[in-house]
Amino acid sequence: MATKASRSAARVMMAPAVILLLGWMLVPLTMTLWFSFRKYLPLRGGDLGWAGFDNYTRFVTSSAFWPSIQATLIIVGAVLLITVCLGVVLAMLLDQPMWGQGVVRILVIAPFFVMPTVSALVWKNIFMDPTNGLFAHLWKFFGADPVSWLSQASLPSIILIVSWQWLPFATLILLTAIQSLDSEQLEAAEMDGAPHLKRFWFIILPHLARAITIVVLIQTIFLLSIFAEIFVTTGGAFGSKTLTYLIFQRVLESQNVGLGSAGGVYAIILANIVAIFLMRIVGKNLDA
Amino acid sequence: MARSVTSQRKAINTAVAWAVGLLIFFPILWTILTSFKTEAQAINDPPLFLFFDWTLENYTVVQERSNYMRFLWNSVFIAGGSTILGVMIAIPAAWSMAFVPSKRTKDILLWMLSTKMLPAVGVLYPIYLIFIQFGLLDSRLGLVIVLMLINLPIIVWMLYTYFREIPGEILEAARMDGATLREEILYVLTPMAIPGIASTLLLNFILAWNEAFWTLNLTAAKAAPLTAFIASYSSPEGLFYAKLSAASTMAIAPILVLGWFSQKQLVRGLTFGAVK
Amino acid sequence: MGRITLDKVTKSFGDVEVIPPLDLTIEDGEFTVFVGPSGCGKSTLLRLIAGLEDISSGQIRIDGNDATHVPPSKRGLAMVFQSYALYPHMSVRKNIAFPLRMAKLDKAEQDRRVDQAAAVLNLADYLDRKPGQLSGGQRQRVAIGRAIVREPSAFLFDEPLSNLDAALRVGMRMEISELHKKLATTMVYVTHDQVEAMTMADKIVVLRAGHIEQVGSPLELYHNPRNLFVAGFIGSPTMNLISGPEAAKRDATTIGIRPEHITVSDKKGEWKGVVGVSEHLGSDTFFHIHDTGLAETITVRAGGEVGFRHGDTVHLTPREDVMHRFDAQGLRIA
Repeated sequence: MATKASRSAARVMMAPAVILLLGWMLVPLTMTLWFSFRKYLPLRGGDLGWAGFDNYTRFVTSSAFWPSIQATLIIVGAVLLITVCLGVVLAMLLDQPMWGQGVVRILVIAPFFVMPTVSALVWKNIFMDPTNGLFAHLWKFFGADPVSWLSQASLPSIILIVSWQWLPFATLILLTAIQSLDSEQLEAAEMDGAPHLKRFWFIILPHLARAITIVVLIQTIFLLSIFAEIFVTTGGAFGSKTLTYLIFQRVLESQNVGLGSAGGVYAIILANIVAIFLMRIVGKNLDA
Repeated sequence: MARSVTSQRKAINTAVAWAVGLLIFFPILWTILTSFKTEAQAINDPPLFLFFDWTLENYTVVQERSNYMRFLWNSVFIAGGSTILGVMIAIPAAWSMAFVPSKRTKDILLWMLSTKMLPAVGVLYPIYLIFIQFGLLDSRLGLVIVLMLINLPIIVWMLYTYFREIPGEILEAARMDGATLREEILYVLTPMAIPGIASTLLLNFILAWNEAFWTLNLTAAKAAPLTAFIASYSSPEGLFYAKLSAASTMAIAPILVLGWFSQKQLVRGLTFGAVK
Repeated sequence: MGRITLDKVTKSFGDVEVIPPLDLTIEDGEFTVFVGPSGCGKSTLLRLIAGLEDISSGQIRIDGNDATHVPPSKRGLAMVFQSYALYPHMSVRKNIAFPLRMAKLDKAEQDRRVDQAAAVLNLADYLDRKPGQLSGGQRQRVAIGRAIVREPSAFLFDEPLSNLDAALRVGMRMEISELHKKLATTMVYVTHDQVEAMTMADKIVVLRAGHIEQVGSPLELYHNPRNLFVAGFIGSPTMNLISGPEAAKRDATTIGIRPEHITVSDKKGEWKGVVGVSEHLGSDTFFHIHDTGLAETITVRAGGEVGFRHGDTVHLTPREDVMHRFDAQGLRIA
């Protein structure tokens, strides 16, 4: 259904969305690129001229860089591992016949709707506080010494908080995928004498492969840029400074825009590498 | 899987699933319970579960001290405004892509998606500068625009997948019946897509409500929404558990309720239609 | 008024030409049927007339005015779609009134016309229902109602009966014919079913691969098919087409003879064969005769009482005066 008139109407109607997003992408991106090649210190003299690749080399050679990459990778990797593994288990559990399935689903999904600042604060104070936190009570009950979680075990603590937030997302998507599995396939396998574990390994898991890939990619994009959870809990201290947080500190706290922008360009490149894989999968799905 | 199982098996499933569900929900439950305790009871050792003197005083204190309503209103305004604005811009775009597809439609959709993946921190300073330039810093309008832009790709995508399910013949019928393009979208497409549009509104409202990078970095006092209100409890007020819990409960309650309605759409919206 | 003229109209999708240059005039008040096998371009042609697709070159005139670049909403035509395309969120009344609402008619006039259409189409009791609550036939009538209230200069029907079951289809066929008699408005009707074409049309346009094979009244096409394609397409059961020595004997490459123009007898006749399947319709019986040496099967019509059995040997005699002769190019020899 297309006439010249409707095609030109379509272009006009698409224009606002396209132009806005184009502007949203190009203007700040160009500015970031520009700043990354300048020595730019807003509070200490402003734009001090061309810096070449100085910012890029300084950003990577600073003592905070490699630890931040390490922290980022540990957080993203651990959260992915936890949410996907537990997500598969939970999805399979929720798919079983039971009483009150709807309510359980709601209980499991709820953390996703909690705003990041709230979950970070609640975990930090009510659960992880070394004197009054619930964990401290629990440790004391078993006769152990309470741990001051966010300073002594900052990364595991943040991983726990973030995993709690993202587990519902993984579970929900994997559950949707499991429910689309043809139950006759499973019954056929059962008839063929395949035991539980084999059925899981050879039928359920391959069926979930695509959904798992999507969960991994989408979560990676969001996890690479987690901010509020660190901002509220450790403020980047105790080895929990991720790449995102490092850039944030360079730009807004130490007001070294040139250096921060170079970091931003690194972050953009990193995100795009992940994005390419995600787009491939989504794009394929569009044709179907 | 529609399979009959013994009720014994079902009972075990039920017990395990409820235990896991409650464990995951526990932090939220505990927060809600704590919000009804006095400060002393909140840090009591051993912790009190249900048997304490239920009180509403925390809610009144929080409201009086920090003007909760203003933050709430900012959240509603910013999340609602950005979502409605986004949908108004996205409906025509999604109409074009769904009903007048061209060779480039797929590329445009994927490109829109790619803008969503731009790490916010990478463009923080430019946006900050632009905001100062246009006097948008700490203004609700500024946040409406930014949140609209970061959610626009998702809105377009969701509407596109919903619109694609509407047969094109019905829109052609409207055209034959003398409807202009505007009338076709207003009187035929939009009412038919109401369920899809509603889920799109809902999910994006939730995403905007919980957004915590731009709302923290681009507001100070005037336009700060609930995300910033909670962050202000970071310290030292965070040590007042009952009040912190009351504030938290007030910040998440509206969205928990909305979220429960949108479970199904969540999957579709967040995976860009790749998992249905 | 509704005289539609297509002047050297072509349509290409990319490099594929689906309608080669085509000329056609549809007279005012005429019931014209486009018929042809699927993929012959008949629906495309209708959509070109409707304005839902652009023509690649040529001109479309409606009542003498150039309508080539007029948008569909301004052509004054009404269309009934194969899927009915009713607005699912509107009641039947709102559906029928929609074109009037778009034309900004006042409410009283809208109601008057809707009620009038509903009376004609037996929809008065259903006006407050939603399309989802109606049967297929009722939906079809709503779609027609929506078309007639506009008082268009011509109606376009795109295979409107293909979603109905067989019994309903016959009924609706009659209703549409009745409607045409009553309104005397131009109707253009697309179908792949030659029975619909034969029973409804004033003028049939037989299409194949975007080409017009023949234009004429149903009986003209039946009695004087211009070529082999039309001969084989029009008529049910289809015409027997025979090539070989029997055709050569009559100075043709192929000869065609309709089932009702062959006499069947157990005693004598020009051709001989064995009875295969018999279809007893009561009034008539159709025999499928094998092993004639003429064609795979020869179909013959006989009276309802004639009772040959499977395997019987029979003799066939064609009527020479109504035999059709075609040359090597498949064209009719006068």
